[in-house]
Amino acid sequence: MILDGKVPAGPLTEKWDRCRQEMKLVSPANKRKFTIIVVGTGLAGASCAATLAELGYTVESFCYQDSPRRGHSIAAQGGINAAKNYPNDGDSIFRLFYDTIKGGDFRAREANVYRLATLSNNIIDQCVAQGVPFARDYAGYLETRSFGGAQVSRTFYARGQTGQQLLHGAYAALSRQVKAGTVRLHPRSEMLDLVVVDGEAKGIIIRDLVTGRIMPYAGDAVCLCTGGYTNVFHLSTNAMGSNVTAAYRAYKKGAFFANPCFTQIHPTCIPVSGEHQSKLTLMSESLRNDGRVWVPKTKGDSRRPEEIPEKERDYYLERKYPGFGNLAPRDIASRAAKEVCDQGHGVGPGGRGVYLDFADAVARLGEGKIRERYGNLFDMYEKITAEDAYRQPMRIYPAPHYAMGGLWVDYNLQSTIPGLFVLGEANFSDHGANRLGASALMQGLADGYFIAPYTIAHYLAQTVPGKVTTDHQEFAKSSATAHALVSRLLGIRGKRTVNDFHTKLGQIMWDLVGMERSEDGLKKALQLIPELRAEFWENVIVPGSGDALNQELEKAGRVADFLEFGELIARDALHRRESCGAHFRSEYQLADGEAKRDDANFCYVGAWQFKGSDMEPELHKEPLVFERVQPSVRSYK
Amino acid sequence: MDLTLYVWRQKNPDAAGRFVRYEAKDVSPDMSFLEMLAMVNEGLIREDKEPIAFDHDCHEGICGACSQAINGLPHGPLEKTTVCQLHMRHFRDGQTLHVEPFRAKAFPVIKDLIVDRSGLDRIIQSGGYISVHTGGVPEANAVLVPKDDADIAMDAAECIGCGACVAACPNGSAMLFTAAKVAHLALLPQGRVEAARRVCMMTEAMQTEGFGNCSNHYECQAVCPKGIKVKFIAQLNREFIKARTKLFLGK
Repeated sequence: MILDGKVPAGPLTEKWDRCRQEMKLVSPANKRKFTIIVVGTGLAGASCAATLAELGYTVESFCYQDSPRRGHSIAAQGGINAAKNYPNDGDSIFRLFYDTIKGGDFRAREANVYRLATLSNNIIDQCVAQGVPFARDYAGYLETRSFGGAQVSRTFYARGQTGQQLLHGAYAALSRQVKAGTVRLHPRSEMLDLVVVDGEAKGIIIRDLVTGRIMPYAGDAVCLCTGGYTNVFHLSTNAMGSNVTAAYRAYKKGAFFANPCFTQIHPTCIPVSGEHQSKLTLMSESLRNDGRVWVPKTKGDSRRPEEIPEKERDYYLERKYPGFGNLAPRDIASRAAKEVCDQGHGVGPGGRGVYLDFADAVARLGEGKIRERYGNLFDMYEKITAEDAYRQPMRIYPAPHYAMGGLWVDYNLQSTIPGLFVLGEANFSDHGANRLGASALMQGLADGYFIAPYTIAHYLAQTVPGKVTTDHQEFAKSSATAHALVSRLLGIRGKRTVNDFHTKLGQIMWDLVGMERSEDGLKKALQLIPELRAEFWENVIVPGSGDALNQELEKAGRVADFLEFGELIARDALHRRESCGAHFRSEYQLADGEAKRDDANFCYVGAWQFKGSDMEPELHKEPLVFERVQPSVRSYK
Repeated sequence: MDLTLYVWRQKNPDAAGRFVRYEAKDVSPDMSFLEMLAMVNEGLIREDKEPIAFDHDCHEGICGACSQAINGLPHGPLEKTTVCQLHMRHFRDGQTLHVEPFRAKAFPVIKDLIVDRSGLDRIIQSGGYISVHTGGVPEANAVLVPKDDADIAMDAAECIGCGACVAACPNGSAMLFTAAKVAHLALLPQGRVEAARRVCMMTEAMQTEGFGNCSNHYECQAVCPKGIKVKFIAQLNREFIKARTKLFLGK
């Protein structure tokens, strides 16, 4: 099937306006009759729930955390892009659009990205009005800084906690609606299934994580804002609870999953220190503004960094990409780090690390200025490594960070199931094969504040409110499935812990489906993952019961989904016989080791349809049509 | 290194809880405290015993989920640190540690080390925001904010809502939490408009939720993982007195 992205006609710059004019509206008196289910309270979820409630809809908001203030958007450090052009350095909506689509290696939908760039400015206005304390200069104006993949300074920030501040803004807006009685909060609730009635999304099944009760909720539309899935690699920069379950179970109910193999490996994370490790910690990309990345020129050089003279250091990003230097995009910087480490130049335990050095910046700007810009990041680095990055370079290494892939959505953010909208990282729409820094926050908030509230109305206007209640048999069926899954997990009583399986899956994914992929490796992964999954269902141990708070049971359900989903990633990576953005196939590279994209055969979105547990999923394609820009070889040299 | 742990185990809100002794063996100094607990849990699970339940998520010190007290200190002995960022190198081989949930009247225990902190959410819901709708706002640089005010507002806005301040306070007060939000918004021109209303609503909610009053122990500041200062409580008091006086005088 050829998928239709429903991109409006007309010139790129007018598409969104035209779309809004043509969309149907719901009258103010009717809005409250519609109930909208919003799953997730990160940037996309909180902003969407708050805005829908302000408009007058009845909103049910769910999150697995104990409070909606803790969605993992909170951990975003560096900033949020907007095309304000305040520094007068040549930025524009078109340039932000172009940088983003080029950064994504021409694998994103042009119209979506242009809309995102347009809305970027509204987001900054909105957040300032909410009281987000962005960095300012002495005249009281907003400050910006530079980020990877851009030659202008367009990233707005609040110290190293931009995600936290934006999320608290959205959480505050959500809280205001809770008080107004238009939003009902359901914290500590995990979505276990999507309920589809007559082909449309009309509710969800959740497990109350405190009481263990499995409960149905009906709505007129469902919004999934459930984030990304890079915890499939076990060690990633995501929160411990981040998971694919909601999106994956929607996939099993008929929503197509697009480009699952587009997973971003972030170049600047603290390297792994031992087997006990539960997650990897990101050091913001903004550090590459002032830090210089290098490795010793001599292989296996065991001298301390300060003992290595300047001429024996290889500032490999500056050498290979003089145009962007240390601000090369993430996929390129990550691969370059892996390359120098593979060649034996890596530093630290196991030779899996490169230096990020601030000595020049400290000398140029003084320690005080560096502390002001990045103090919290340096503190965090010291807590984890017991090293002082003001005195010696940081050691960094790439780690799984962000999922560009996600549930397929059309221009209206609607999935292949009518009534199911997917926002933020959970959808696939805007970042193509690689996301640029400071674009995730922008997308989450654009989707939640400014896009979904319009497009959901358009859908609702064509439906009858409250048509389906939880009495419908589909709710009973889905509840029974959820109950059966819980009983099955608890009944296995095997020998290996959930974490054992998750670790093992992570190793397979990282080694064979990670930064560099090959046909042989992917085929091996497609053999190993089902074997591991089979063992999981025979030998996992989940203690306790289902009718109480049981964190192992929660984890088991999530890992069970990762064990299926990992296979989908490998399958997608195998089918895409090209290298583009974060998807690097060793067979497809240029002479200088850069990605070799194949526009003749792969200029499309690959969306997978679930066909049954023992069946291979079916691939559908949405051709990517570029009306305004011409896909070119992405060069940062 | 090896440690002896006494961990608070409590089946549910109504059950009686008690300390249970566990031996944590071969702990790496590079582990975080929560990774050490996870290791103990892995051992328990292999013996088909219920693992210790504890809240945690980001493991980066920003989400505010982790909420354990170590030897009576919320988030443990290290300054300006959440439990997830507290590494075992700060403990000694052979040490005995007591691990408890955050204790406060307004934080009922749900299970083991997990408490219910939804009272903090309700304080925010009562008025911890600027009442702006999506859309229809001025251009971002239309309202200038002096850098010093923006910086101090940011100092306050860094609060992660973990509730350590409440757990450390002998009165179980949420004054530092509330003050941080009151000050953050009152310092900005956008938040000034509702400042009086906000401080009244939020202090009232704080009382309704069962949090105590502040009697200047400053324990909150000592345990705050973000280093939020009690000067914001002074600002809350000023805002409160101004607001009440205004109300009293009918202006």
